Amino acid sequence: MSADITGRISSFQTLGTLDGPGVRFVVFLQGCPLRCVCCHNPETWDKNGGTLYTAEQVLDRVLRYKAYFGEKGGITLSGGEPLLQPEFTAEVFKLCRQNGINTCLDTSGCVTEVNNVLDYTDYCLLDIKYSTDDYYKKYVGCGIDGPLMFLKRLDEKGIPTRVRQVIIPGLNDTAEDMKKLKSAVSKYYCVEEIELLPFRKLCISKYEKAGIDFLFKDTPEASQSLIDNLKNYL
Amino acid sequence: MTHKNWEGFKSGAWQEEINVRDFIQHNYHEYKGDDSFLCGATKRTKELMGRVNTLFEVERQFGGVLDVDAETVSGLTSYSPGYIDKEKEIIVGMQTNRPLKRGVNPFGGMRMARQACEAYGHTLSDNIEKQFKYRTTHNDGVFAAYTDEMRTARHCHLITGLPDAYGRGRIIGDYRRVALYGIDRLIEEKKKDKRDLAEFNFDEEHIRLAEELSQQIKALVGIKEMAAMYGFDISEPAENARQAVQWTYFAYLAAIKEQNGAAMSLGRVSTFLDIYMERDLKNGKITEKEAQEIMDDFVIKLRIARHLRTPEYNELFGGDPMWITESVGGMGEDGRTLVTKNSYRMLNTLYTLGPAPEPNLTILWSKDLPDSFKKYCAKVSCDTDSIQYENDDVMRPIYGDDYAIACCVSAMKIGKQMQFFGARCNLAKLLLLSLNGGYDTSSGKSVGPKMKPFDGEVLDYDKVYERFAEYAVWLSRLYVNTMNVIHYMHDKYAYEQSQMALHDSSVHRFMAFGIAGLSVITDSLSAIKYAKVTPVRDENGYIVDFKTEGDFPKYGNDDDRVDKIAKELTHLMITELRKTPTYRNAEHTLSVLTITSNVMYGKHTGATPDGRKAGAPFAPGANPMHNREENGALASLNSVAKISYDDCRDGISNTFSITPDTLGRTKTERISNLVSVLDGYFAKKAHHINVNVLNRETLIEAYNDPTAYPNLTIRVSGYAVNFHKLSREQQREVISRTFHEAM
Repeated sequence: MSADITGRISSFQTLGTLDGPGVRFVVFLQGCPLRCVCCHNPETWDKNGGTLYTAEQVLDRVLRYKAYFGEKGGITLSGGEPLLQPEFTAEVFKLCRQNGINTCLDTSGCVTEVNNVLDYTDYCLLDIKYSTDDYYKKYVGCGIDGPLMFLKRLDEKGIPTRVRQVIIPGLNDTAEDMKKLKSAVSKYYCVEEIELLPFRKLCISKYEKAGIDFLFKDTPEASQSLIDNLKNYL
Repeated sequence: MTHKNWEGFKSGAWQEEINVRDFIQHNYHEYKGDDSFLCGATKRTKELMGRVNTLFEVERQFGGVLDVDAETVSGLTSYSPGYIDKEKEIIVGMQTNRPLKRGVNPFGGMRMARQACEAYGHTLSDNIEKQFKYRTTHNDGVFAAYTDEMRTARHCHLITGLPDAYGRGRIIGDYRRVALYGIDRLIEEKKKDKRDLAEFNFDEEHIRLAEELSQQIKALVGIKEMAAMYGFDISEPAENARQAVQWTYFAYLAAIKEQNGAAMSLGRVSTFLDIYMERDLKNGKITEKEAQEIMDDFVIKLRIARHLRTPEYNELFGGDPMWITESVGGMGEDGRTLVTKNSYRMLNTLYTLGPAPEPNLTILWSKDLPDSFKKYCAKVSCDTDSIQYENDDVMRPIYGDDYAIACCVSAMKIGKQMQFFGARCNLAKLLLLSLNGGYDTSSGKSVGPKMKPFDGEVLDYDKVYERFAEYAVWLSRLYVNTMNVIHYMHDKYAYEQSQMALHDSSVHRFMAFGIAGLSVITDSLSAIKYAKVTPVRDENGYIVDFKTEGDFPKYGNDDDRVDKIAKELTHLMITELRKTPTYRNAEHTLSVLTITSNVMYGKHTGATPDGRKAGAPFAPGANPMHNREENGALASLNSVAKISYDDCRDGISNTFSITPDTLGRTKTERISNLVSVLDGYFAKKAHHINVNVLNRETLIEAYNDPTAYPNLTIRVSGYAVNFHKLSREQQREVISRTFHEAM
């Protein structure tokens, strides 16, 4: 029974325009297997935190905003890592689909056991955090194989995907990095877009509050011109 | 009946009776295309606007008022013609004999006229003092009749901003009638109406109407004389587009020469004028470029309209507003859209002339508006922060398809309905007053039913609500009676003869009440209900502060537990107000709108149980309190949308600020997302929204260096202002508001 399936949720953002197409209701799920050093939502790491909701309760909330979604918008499950709670994610998506709401999954692609989530996913935001396995191991805590395998599955399922990468000055901000990224993902037809996000330090206060060291605190933020320039190589 | 100047128009009932709507319905051409046909500003327009911008800058340097004519009483024909640059002007007519020079209008009250002159270094002339020595002004009349209780309620800021010393405004003349029919026909119709009165018993109502009709006829003659001073004979209908705009503008100009009402709105002229534009375009008499030029020139005139105000007035209504509200778009009852090319031209003036707060461009939004028009409006919002949106799908079933917005959010059928404007009462203060048994800790005055201050330690919701409701009953009756005095006297001593001449002789009247502090009292009651609120008392036993422990649901998070309280409060107020009869049997209405007075209201209100400190500003209109939203923008919109328009027929104002980056990654995305947000909000039956797409940093920069942003326009509560024209206090409040941003 869907009413029995519960998930841990960190927070809701009722107006999301950056996490998927159109206007989206974004649910930040609690718990993440990764510890990315520039993560914007460190409060979502602990898989025992957050508040328990049933899938039905999430549906009730999202339905309140259906009128705002227009043709393209819908729900986005983000996190944390929604695939850490695959049953719940699948159930929320299933209910949303039944109610005519477009579903979008925002994931790192690092989780291999994903239940039947992709059967109910209309759109995917996939983080390809770096283009090399070295960096993945150093700054993410897993290998690059996982996300690339996940991308292959998305392609097989024909789920339109936006690949995203945060540009961190000094780390992945060269033309060479972009070329590598492009060659890694462009062979998949499902990739509609590669989006580069500038590294920002807005989240630094969250780290201070949680008493976690923010490794990139001395790294400058990425400028829009840098991003615009790098886009030329994609 | 026919007229040579009507050639090319489809005939209809409009020819036999005064019926502008019928004319529009028979003759307009809906436009569903995009903005690609629009033309930019011509060299002439740029030069003329350049000159006006220079005058604006000098006006700013002069402390907000360029010049005052303290020798003349403002009237239709009391000044010689004025021009910006006669050779370059396509549409002419000015309030006084020079641009931005303000006239004196003492009919509302001499004290206000005197103080306003003095505030800007002028002295009201002896001549005017003498003229008015033997005359009763509106203000004199009101204060002669006010009861002690009314005075106290006013003094302690329980009911404030009342139009008892200045023109009430919020009346929209059907200025289009002058263009369509010419003055002579309108005079004939009014004479006929007056003759028809002979059929009735001459009771008070009919004697008053007879006198008013004769005043209206006099005003129509006056408008004709005023136009003649500018070299135009407006006896006959306008024969082309330029004349149609000119005739319409003369009618409006007469209104603002005669009245200094707070809100002097224009109505809904764009689509009406489009009919003339289309006729001339079709006949090759004008080009698109010239059509835009005519609209540009018209709008330049509207942008230089000014009234002379006192500094206290500016505290209530910051930014020197005129509320020249023009309603644009909407749908017709037959399903066709009322969007025309001229709707686009009107909005395009924000590009040809640059962003500006006036005219107060108001989009009547419907789910059925053409997509391209929705996108164009959203683009204009993103680019200029100068327009507001109101729900045509909610208003059209009530007012039909030829209504307009007066001021910010007050709907009325043009030429058929008018309202008695009634400012607002302070509900947050009323809550405190009820807890203290009728004692106002801010002013030290007692007013209303006397009771023992609330005793006991923790505030109990049911007991508090019961007490509050009792005071609401008392205040409602007092409020209606106060309004009755004001409007009786306004009709008697400062009757809007020009504007009412452009109404049907028999009009429907609204009496528009208002409330301030809705989010403060809502959250306060929620705190009492869901958290633990302990009053803090002074040495006399009066409650002066509160200790609030624990969390409570806050309005603005789409949480029904608290949103329900806001809904209940508005319902309680309108229900109670309706129990006291109104002057001239006006229909009671209620608004949740504060203009910028939320700052002033807050200043005069003690600490509240929601945690707001004594003296801190309220949120404007129906907005949730700043920075209490936890679930993002749409949750906040949903909360406001729950307040019923049926309870608040005078409008529910919401001001929404969002950073560009939060609205989308690219301009195209932002536009399409804003359209989705507006569609969603209005599908929830919400009434109104001001949209600002800007960064807080821009406002902070403008606060620190006003000269760097002379034209920075932002939407506040129901209107737009030049940011630099707000007081420092008002600017700080705007900066502190919630800006929806993505983290």
